[in-house]
Amino acid sequence: MPVTKLHKLDRTVAPPIKDAIEFELSLPPYKKSVLSNGVEVYAIDLGDVEAMMVSLIFDAGNSWEGKKSVAAAANTLLKNGTSTRTAFDINEHFDYYGAYLNRAAHHETAELTLHCLNKHVGELLPVVAEILSESIYSQEELDIYKKNSQQRLQVNLKKSEFVAGRLIDAYLYGADHPYGRYSMPEDYQALQREDLTAFFNQYYRNGACRILAAGKLPADLIPRLEAAFGSLPMHPPAAVSGLPVFPILPAKEKKYNIVNDANGVQGSIRIARNFPNRHHPDFQKVQVLNNVFGGFFGSRLMENIREDKGYTYGIHSYLVNNRQESALMISTEAGKEVCAPAIEEVYKEMNLLREELIGEEELQQARNFTIGAILGDLDGPFHVASRWKSILLNGFDVNYFNEGVRIIKTIGPEELRELAIKWLDPAAFFELVIV
Amino acid sequence: MIKYDRFILANGLRVLVHEDASTPMVVVNVLYDVGARDEDPKRTGFAHLFEHLMFGGSVNIEDFETPLQLAGGENNAYTTNDFTNYYIQLPAENIETAFWLESDRMLSLAFSEKSLEVQRKVVMEEFKEHYINKPYGDAWFKLRELVYLRHPYRWMTIGSDLSHIEQAKLEDVKNFFFKYYRPANAILVVAGKTTAQQVRELAEKWFGDIPAGEKYVRALPQEPTQKEARKMELTADVPLDALYKCYPMASRTEPGYYIADLITEVLGGGASSRLHQSLVKEKKLFSHIECYHTGSVDPGLVVIEGKLIKGVSMAAADAAVEAELARMMAEPITDKELAKVKNKTESAIVFEDMSVMNRANSLAIYELLGDVEMMNTELDKYQAVTAAEMLDTSRHIFDPLNSNTLYYRALEGPGPKENTQK
Repeated sequence: MPVTKLHKLDRTVAPPIKDAIEFELSLPPYKKSVLSNGVEVYAIDLGDVEAMMVSLIFDAGNSWEGKKSVAAAANTLLKNGTSTRTAFDINEHFDYYGAYLNRAAHHETAELTLHCLNKHVGELLPVVAEILSESIYSQEELDIYKKNSQQRLQVNLKKSEFVAGRLIDAYLYGADHPYGRYSMPEDYQALQREDLTAFFNQYYRNGACRILAAGKLPADLIPRLEAAFGSLPMHPPAAVSGLPVFPILPAKEKKYNIVNDANGVQGSIRIARNFPNRHHPDFQKVQVLNNVFGGFFGSRLMENIREDKGYTYGIHSYLVNNRQESALMISTEAGKEVCAPAIEEVYKEMNLLREELIGEEELQQARNFTIGAILGDLDGPFHVASRWKSILLNGFDVNYFNEGVRIIKTIGPEELRELAIKWLDPAAFFELVIV
Repeated sequence: MIKYDRFILANGLRVLVHEDASTPMVVVNVLYDVGARDEDPKRTGFAHLFEHLMFGGSVNIEDFETPLQLAGGENNAYTTNDFTNYYIQLPAENIETAFWLESDRMLSLAFSEKSLEVQRKVVMEEFKEHYINKPYGDAWFKLRELVYLRHPYRWMTIGSDLSHIEQAKLEDVKNFFFKYYRPANAILVVAGKTTAQQVRELAEKWFGDIPAGEKYVRALPQEPTQKEARKMELTADVPLDALYKCYPMASRTEPGYYIADLITEVLGGGASSRLHQSLVKEKKLFSHIECYHTGSVDPGLVVIEGKLIKGVSMAAADAAVEAELARMMAEPITDKELAKVKNKTESAIVFEDMSVMNRANSLAIYELLGDVEMMNTELDKYQAVTAAEMLDTSRHIFDPLNSNTLYYRALEGPGPKENTQK
């Protein structure tokens, strides 16, 4: 018989736990190879499912474009036709093998990423290579793209959260900085075929590339990658990036109230300040401070503004993942009539962190949660690859990860208060409300 | 092949264990067999509001989040029209914390007035964020009412009206809990770095003494067979005209489900699908169009929705969609298309099952559907579908008398406002 019948279970007492401090966290390593053209391959061989990912990461983000919206268009239209295959042929080929060929353009980099079952990789890599050497950007495909992008933008511009996301970045970095500029319908209208072919030629076909592969990798992965990409004219990124340093010109005014939709029932609130990049010694420490502040469900912002006052469905704060310069961002959608008190509570929480020490239990809670989240996040090859991507693209090695874990485990309340005094001064923040 | 152990506690709680020693984590997933379809039409949105209250403290544990986070865990939950699912992921060493928390809130909630008051507001903000403050956000409220005349899929999980949430009383919360949140009405799945033996001991220890409660027997009004084409038009302050078409399909456990699923793949799965290729790329009538199904336990819907290119008439767009459906009803899909949608399905299953959390969630849902072994036989069922069956089922689904069409028109007027920086 179960012991519970003999000894009455005391449900008021929590079972003992193993503290996060005792968990060993290690990032599974990659294996590096170099193709004939110098392009480096970082391979993470993990897991027991016969599936894999190959991501080609180019220096082809919007920082490299000479004209607005070109980088995103060149990236999106990679799947829309080569000299021998139409857009339909390409899409059908990847769909036929149950593969996903995703594109993404960021500020510095842009990617072409293949996810597929291992058994089909041989049919797919050659077509990825063809895309990267022979994309044609036909006028017809471009015209469809221009029209559909403008229509999508029209719908998005009706959403306060979309508009808020664009404007806060413009205040932080300046509307001409690659992080701050955004597309308007006329930018799509102005796109020319020559803009795209020139960008493709320089930043993809002859571009700077590195390859990240992950999954239960086939033994012949490197020969396959060599056969597909090793003799293409792409090359590894230069030791010193040719990217100019764009001046960051934050807006002079700090507070903005905008009416986007007179019938709106909620306000999109963004409160943000400029913050140094990952190389600054405070970066990983402020990530711990941010976890207490607004980084997870049990954080102060959530506890106060959602769980105590019910002003919003969710409120979060985070450090923006930018390479040149980050930002500390607080983001929420709150009822129109409670936007003002919600903002007041955000500042109140900043000041509390600046004035009072974080209690031991609260700090332990944030610590353990963060360690548990990293442990869970190291589960599976694609998650590990995504950690490595961030480390490598920001110019770090495994020490960055290990140092981050050390900081989470050891940082104390006094140092966190010092960081709050330095970085959570309400006067340094932009404040935007869009209804 | 997903391996699992299955046993049932004396109080009726069904338990499934899926061992995976390759992860340092465990997932503890508790599914309750109650969703928005079980609600009173005058108190809609209650199952979902209740989900929020499950985090407001239980009879012996004041605060759910703090001890879980101290144990390095994270958690969330979701409510559908069919069921409500809660899940925790935490380091395997701390597995017992999840049993302690989940069993106490199955034993009884704290029923705090404050929690109800706050979560009513939170859910009302969620309602506004997702359905009022979004262009086209009300479309599905209208569509469900158009399609379902009797079945409770007539309303959204969030509820049909803000006032229903506003009026929720603590008494309703208590009644709901003791009617639906009983071991006899729940499924516990534990997956990851654990063993069947460990789960058996912990389940007995923490869940074994919870009173079984009365098994809830579902008796929902069934939807009569549709016999006439239905149409609805509305005009709202949105930038583009949108077209929605819905057609009733098989329930989740009928063979027709798999066939309908593959039909939606042919029409709307990816950029090589028929609707995208024909209507976005070739005819240039839509800027975006998709085809999917609602995947519900009771008979669901095949849905086609798209945004029209400015200047294209609704009638022309609708006729073009119907021409594609007529093609599905006139001739079988090609061997290549059939192989493609099956390959896509195989791949989607493999990628989905890579995560322990997804595996735990799927086991719970298949157990809910009546046979957890379905998890391992799904792919075979898809592989067995023939082009002839798809032709036949298309003729049934896309019968014009089965159609429900919504013309969602953009208000005529000045173009979109430009946003200034001030």
